[in-house]
Amino acid sequence: MSKVIMTVDDSASVRQMVSFTLRDAGYDVVEAVDGQDALAKVDNQALNMVITDLNMPNLDGIGLIRALRSLPSCKFIPIVMLTTESQVEKKQEGKAAGATGWIVKPFKPEQLIAVVKKVLG
Amino acid sequence: MDTHKEAFKEEAHELLSELETALLELERTPSDPEIIGRVFRAMHTIKGSGAMFGFDRVAAFTHDVETVYDRVRNGKITVTKPLIDLTLSACDEILKMIDDTGQGEAQDQSITDRITKSFRDMLLAPKTPSAAETDAETDTAQAVVDAPEAPAMNGREVTYRIRFCPEPGLFSSGTNPVLLLNELRDLGTCDILANTDGIPFLSDVDPEVCYTAWDIILTTTRDENAIRDVFIFVEDACELNIAVIDDGRQTEAASDYKKLGQILVERGDLNAGALKTVLDDRKRIGSLLVDSGLVSNDQVQAALAEQQHIREKRLKRQTVESTASIRVPAEKLDSLVNMVGELVTVQSRLSQISARFNDLSLIQVAEEVERLTAELRDNTMSIRMLPIGATFSRFERLVRDLSTELGKEIVLNTEGAETELDKTVIEKLNDPLIHIIRNSIDHGIEKPEVRKAAGKPAQGTVHLCAEHSGANVFIRISDDGAGLDTEAIRAKAVEKGLIASDAVLSEKEIFSLTLMPGFSMAKTITNVSGRGVGMDVVKKGIDALQGSIEMASRKGAGTTITLKLPLTMAIIDGLLVQIDDVRYIMPLAAIEECVELTRDDVSRAHGKHMASIRGEIVPYIRLREMFTHGGSAPAIEQIVTARLDGSRVGFVVDQVVGQHQTVIKSMSRMYRDIEHVSGATILGDGNVALILDLAKLAQHAEAREKQDRSEQESATPHRTRTGSQKK
Repeated sequence: MSKVIMTVDDSASVRQMVSFTLRDAGYDVVEAVDGQDALAKVDNQALNMVITDLNMPNLDGIGLIRALRSLPSCKFIPIVMLTTESQVEKKQEGKAAGATGWIVKPFKPEQLIAVVKKVLG
Repeated sequence: MDTHKEAFKEEAHELLSELETALLELERTPSDPEIIGRVFRAMHTIKGSGAMFGFDRVAAFTHDVETVYDRVRNGKITVTKPLIDLTLSACDEILKMIDDTGQGEAQDQSITDRITKSFRDMLLAPKTPSAAETDAETDTAQAVVDAPEAPAMNGREVTYRIRFCPEPGLFSSGTNPVLLLNELRDLGTCDILANTDGIPFLSDVDPEVCYTAWDIILTTTRDENAIRDVFIFVEDACELNIAVIDDGRQTEAASDYKKLGQILVERGDLNAGALKTVLDDRKRIGSLLVDSGLVSNDQVQAALAEQQHIREKRLKRQTVESTASIRVPAEKLDSLVNMVGELVTVQSRLSQISARFNDLSLIQVAEEVERLTAELRDNTMSIRMLPIGATFSRFERLVRDLSTELGKEIVLNTEGAETELDKTVIEKLNDPLIHIIRNSIDHGIEKPEVRKAAGKPAQGTVHLCAEHSGANVFIRISDDGAGLDTEAIRAKAVEKGLIASDAVLSEKEIFSLTLMPGFSMAKTITNVSGRGVGMDVVKKGIDALQGSIEMASRKGAGTTITLKLPLTMAIIDGLLVQIDDVRYIMPLAAIEECVELTRDDVSRAHGKHMASIRGEIVPYIRLREMFTHGGSAPAIEQIVTARLDGSRVGFVVDQVVGQHQTVIKSMSRMYRDIEHVSGATILGDGNVALILDLAKLAQHAEAREKQDRSEQESATPHRTRTGSQKK
């Protein structure tokens, strides 16, 4: 069975690009539009990995990472955050919240896949 | 990518109009953090996505606006009317940029420059964000990206010592250290030793804490940055030491790498003074150090591994030019294999006896012998393995000659030439492969003008590929020729009387018709093929190797023939089964599962030899009846199911004894006519067990079934002829 990755981003175009790239590489993808939506969808499906944006309405990426880490099912799964170069502190904050790694926007599909392979095996 | 671009444009339009509303609201309530957040996010998304989909100007321009709003969010800049005005005009500019990408320089650069400048001025008042910091960040990002293409260090192998001590909380960041180690393994030759000193007693272990550290000795052609990149995500959650311990230049003094004590001192595990006092003693240094409690056993093991690793590397460098192989007559090898076979038999006898006596010292010896025998067997088998490349390269000439003769342009591609197969298998593979390739060239690939007309390149391709898969090797021969015409094959088969004219056949069954004796598709007999000796010869050859053939083809697109072959033929994994007190071996490769068959099951099937296994109806053969064993079957029998030619068949036996390493002995010529037995083996207790040929057994049972039926209802024509177990 292919692994399930959730992509959380309020930008539809980024979600589309991430999903497309991951599906192309043989993963199953669940999309969520913000942190709250992501948490609502976590229960429906066993996730192998989460890729989340940091700046989102309702519940931002940092909050989402904290919430996910407190769930038994997501305690140890890789969570990768999408950051921009201007968010150095955000990155630190994300790591402290329990993020596994990060991808700096803008990124190319190959870079996304390389990071996914790195943390998911 | 263009659809993504379109999606971004659409999204940006929405974001910008949302931004406008937010800005106007912000003008009314200038300090509402909720609205400021909305403005910032919109800018942020436009910037991030813009850069991703190639709108670099949008990204660069929005960057300044975003930075200003980040400050607004942090309360460092207050919202004023000029700021709102400026932002609104910035929105208009962004909109233009997004819609304008096709036209190029239609936009007035001065406006954007002016806006950018105004935003920058706003930032200048307080401190500008540290440029160095941002730059550093981009650099790390770049490092991840470039890692795969990092320049090789002139192909020189350098050996690194890496010590990786993760923080106890490593797992809670979702990091799997095994993946990191695997990534290191991909970089080069790697010796990894886990340092388990930190693991407490079981009662104190918290399974969510990482107690282990790793010592890694890595020889690679990549530089240190490539290694650091592996650990990029855990940099600040671990202690990571990387040191070069061999720069790949020294070759002299191959075995004379640093002494163990020296390594430990260098690693900082031990200080030099302590080492000296210990050295005065005479025991082996490693055990001495452990005994005196200066270092742990794991640390010593890690250091020893380093010593070993470097010695091997240097030794290899030295001996690279000297002879890497010796030539041995093939007969010597064959007799070695024979002897190993005998040894395996004797060993299993020893194991059986030791189990009966239940004497600890005997069991110990028996287990040791078992381990050694298994190692010896694997080693001997690997000696017999040859790469298939030599056979492949022989075909290049064949393809070249044949294609010139037939006026076709054909190239041969090979893949997996390094795949290793048993010597005997390779030898017997030659003829079948020649037949298949000839067929491809003669029937498969069309003449250049025909190919051009069909919109294909004039030059045809034959692709030869070998790969390992478990205990099998797959050899695939594919061409991009005309493919098989199922209708034509069918018509031909009917004409030759191989099938009835109304037979219902699957595509697979139709393809398998071409493997039957006397079947030829060639309209005229050429030098190359068409005499109807060909595919059936191939099938016989592959059958003799315990292999199977599969064909796939699409009309107009080409044909692929896949040969599945066992790695070796001298020793196989077998399943030992029993009927009455007679035991038989079934080759394990084809076997899928064993299920029970009770009397109830039998009576429910109304005398038909069918069983329902996981919802699938599987016909079975009662070996008890077939081999005319007297006596009566036990209440619960076993069905061993096997997949033969794509369909499942069950074989009913009294009892499944277990897996058995089977050394194949050929039977004397007296028994040559007994088709459904492929050989015999000697069991641990000295008894002989026959090795069953499951495919032949199934064919035999099918033929008998048909015979019975045609006797019963001789008027009805039989419907199918090949491969079907549908009764």
